[in-house]
Amino acid sequence: MSTIEYTSRPVPQILVHEVHKPRLSRQWLDWVTTTDHKRIGIMYIVLTFVFFTLGGVEALLMRSQLSVPNNTLVSGLVYNELLTMHGTTMIFLFVVPVMAGFGNYFVPLMIGARDMAFPRLNALSFWLLLLGGIVFYASIFWHPPQAGWWSYPPLSSKLYSPGGGQDAWIFLIHLTGLSSLVGAVNFYVTIVNMRAPGMTWGRVPLFIWSILIYAVLLIIALPVIAAAVTMLLTDRNFGTNWFNPTDHGSPVLWENLFWFFGHPEVYIMILPGFGMISEILPVFARKPIFGYKAIAASTIVIAFLSTLVWAHHLFTAPMPLVVLGFFMLSSFLIGIPTGVKIFNWTATLWRGSLVMTASMMWAIGFIVLFLIGGITGIFLATFPVDWQLNDTYFVVAHFHYVLVGGAVFTIIAGTYYWYPKMTGRLCNETLGKWSFWVTFIGFNLTFFVQHALGLSGMPRRIYTYQEHMGWSTYNFISSVGAFIMAAGFVMSFYNFARSYKTGKVAGPDPWKANTLEWFTTSPPPVNNFDAVPRVRSVEPMRDIRLEIEAQTGALQKTGGSEQFSRV
Amino acid sequence: MALFLPLAAGIFFASAQTASARCCTLKTGASPNATAIATLYDIILGLGVSVFLIVFAFIAYSVWKFRAPKHPVAAQFHGNTRLEVSLTAAATMILVVIAAATFIALPTIIDPPNSNANVGSVLSASLTAPVPPNGKEITICVMGRQYIWRFTYGANCNKTAWQDRLPYSYQEMEAPAGEVVKLVIQSSDVIHSWWIPALGGKVDAVPGFTTYTWFEALHAHELYHGQCAQLCGREHAFMTALVNVVTPAQYEAWLRQQGNAIQSQNDQVAQVRRYLVKQGILTSSGNF
Repeated sequence: MSTIEYTSRPVPQILVHEVHKPRLSRQWLDWVTTTDHKRIGIMYIVLTFVFFTLGGVEALLMRSQLSVPNNTLVSGLVYNELLTMHGTTMIFLFVVPVMAGFGNYFVPLMIGARDMAFPRLNALSFWLLLLGGIVFYASIFWHPPQAGWWSYPPLSSKLYSPGGGQDAWIFLIHLTGLSSLVGAVNFYVTIVNMRAPGMTWGRVPLFIWSILIYAVLLIIALPVIAAAVTMLLTDRNFGTNWFNPTDHGSPVLWENLFWFFGHPEVYIMILPGFGMISEILPVFARKPIFGYKAIAASTIVIAFLSTLVWAHHLFTAPMPLVVLGFFMLSSFLIGIPTGVKIFNWTATLWRGSLVMTASMMWAIGFIVLFLIGGITGIFLATFPVDWQLNDTYFVVAHFHYVLVGGAVFTIIAGTYYWYPKMTGRLCNETLGKWSFWVTFIGFNLTFFVQHALGLSGMPRRIYTYQEHMGWSTYNFISSVGAFIMAAGFVMSFYNFARSYKTGKVAGPDPWKANTLEWFTTSPPPVNNFDAVPRVRSVEPMRDIRLEIEAQTGALQKTGGSEQFSRV
Repeated sequence: MALFLPLAAGIFFASAQTASARCCTLKTGASPNATAIATLYDIILGLGVSVFLIVFAFIAYSVWKFRAPKHPVAAQFHGNTRLEVSLTAAATMILVVIAAATFIALPTIIDPPNSNANVGSVLSASLTAPVPPNGKEITICVMGRQYIWRFTYGANCNKTAWQDRLPYSYQEMEAPAGEVVKLVIQSSDVIHSWWIPALGGKVDAVPGFTTYTWFEALHAHELYHGQCAQLCGREHAFMTALVNVVTPAQYEAWLRQQGNAIQSQNDQVAQVRRYLVKQGILTSSGNF
């Protein structure tokens, strides 16, 4: 076909949504070759939930080992492998990528776009993540890594960790890092360029704000860890001495590089969760979010400060006093925007009309648990107190309050909230609420007593302890709690699996929500929207609903589990 | 306001209760630095518990009072800048109070008090060795290695311990009561972390670095437990340490006794070695 022929063909003026006959055979091929952001998002979420389960099993093994003193269920070596696998899995293969999964599915839908900016790069992100997971988990057939997810040298050096597991860990960091980096660029470009007409920065949904900042933080932090693990790789295999203290290298250099990545990573894991909560609360409180600008601004401030607090992980390392003082104050500062968020969420509940759906219960549970995790963070930021608490179970309790009570609770809340959109069906609300209470109680049993363990001197990462130390009771409570918590999560997983076939049909907008993803069918068609509305506020879907109600005089009938009324 | 007064009273009562409970505070009374850290911790605990209870009360009240069946129509408001700014300021003030308390408590934590063997100003986790003004000090070197602590007693213990034939011990440290003991902390392999909870905060033992801390054990005839706090390998859980606090007289006696025991063991080894060389089993340079 010549150029002239090509250009002289009529150009379609109206985009229509092409209907394919579903191919019954080789559906798996459609999934493998897909560049559709929704399918990629679902693959992300399913894959990361598989890793969450693996990481959870590792945690249960560790808790079983610690349930009684002098236990011999696993050896010290296996315990170190378990704690390394657990930490690495939960961070690099669950919390960070699951946020990318939700971002993939919902960023284009919430900003009224038809796909991500770079659909093929998007597919590449997913497959790199899968490869990273395979490379890492393959090491369980040989020598899993055992130096912890920080991999502090010299313990992670060839001399003290001769097995290939440490190299598998480095490979995992490279692959998942590349995956996240490619994904981050994709999110950034999509959000900056592809928003619906009228969606100015002041009308961008707060989840989109959080994904934007998540992307920026990933772009800042990941090159640092990529460089650091490459240095570790050359130290291990090619004779360099970056971190080798016997040849003028410095283990403290690794500590700094690692945590320069590692602390922003903490906010990479929690900021999208903040975004989800900021979407869920106003929908189920039936009122606008309190302080939209304050929440968006605090997200940016947290991201900025998160690059300036890394050395609070190093308060016991060799560092001058003035550095300790600086990092204590910068860590205090980050508590202020975080406090602003908690205040705004609480105020969003105030004088609302709270519909206690499962999603809402997980979201409110999140605020309470995250509040505890935030307050214990202040203890740890005060460096003299940290000299006592660092590397104890107090720290373990603290970061599980912010990462499980925080990030994981938001993920479950978000799953209950968006499940009808992704599958077209509603989850079982009663089971979701039972799951919440069982998880909430199990979680607090597991982790609240760990504060006391840390205060009474139990260091983290020990595989056993003696009876006379007085840690037996708390450890037993903690282990029982872990199994209760696991049962709670299993109830939700079962709910998600079962509702896929048996859930009540949701309809496009079961919650009467505020944002554009509810403007299309559930699940959305491949092109998302046949027509993209002009956005006039931060709650475009509510504007549309009110307009229709005003014009037709009829309340929008939805297939939701509850009927809502809203002014 | 009527709501706040009983609330505040309840909070103070609850904080006091919580702080006094055995589960929730740090160890005190064994060494001034540990006691100062514990006091600082108690201040933060009081503030933290208060903040938690206030916010939690608001959430619980909202969930109960504004649930949809009881409160079907939601108030539509978007924010309140004045409230936002005042609460941000309040949060800032709490942090300013904690920062001030930290800097007030800091000298007690990092500078040892005067004692018979005044060691001057010592920086915890410091890179610079403190120089005592009067030259009198009790110095103990702590060397971490997989999976045991070695203690060498005496000045220059990290430099000329071998030439000076300084006494040493493993796992259990002897320390005199009522004297400031300066610890010189090093590692010979991977990163460890020195920590006796009752005697103050932990200090990492990083290969290639020398770090310092101190304690002043106030009571003799006490045995304090601690263990390595930084993952150092597969037997990390068994890298324990004990500090046996004795009277200064007992301490000096123990040093002599330990020195003699080491000397006599060395003599015995030398004797065996001479015998083996004579028999032709060992060469004079010590090879088989």
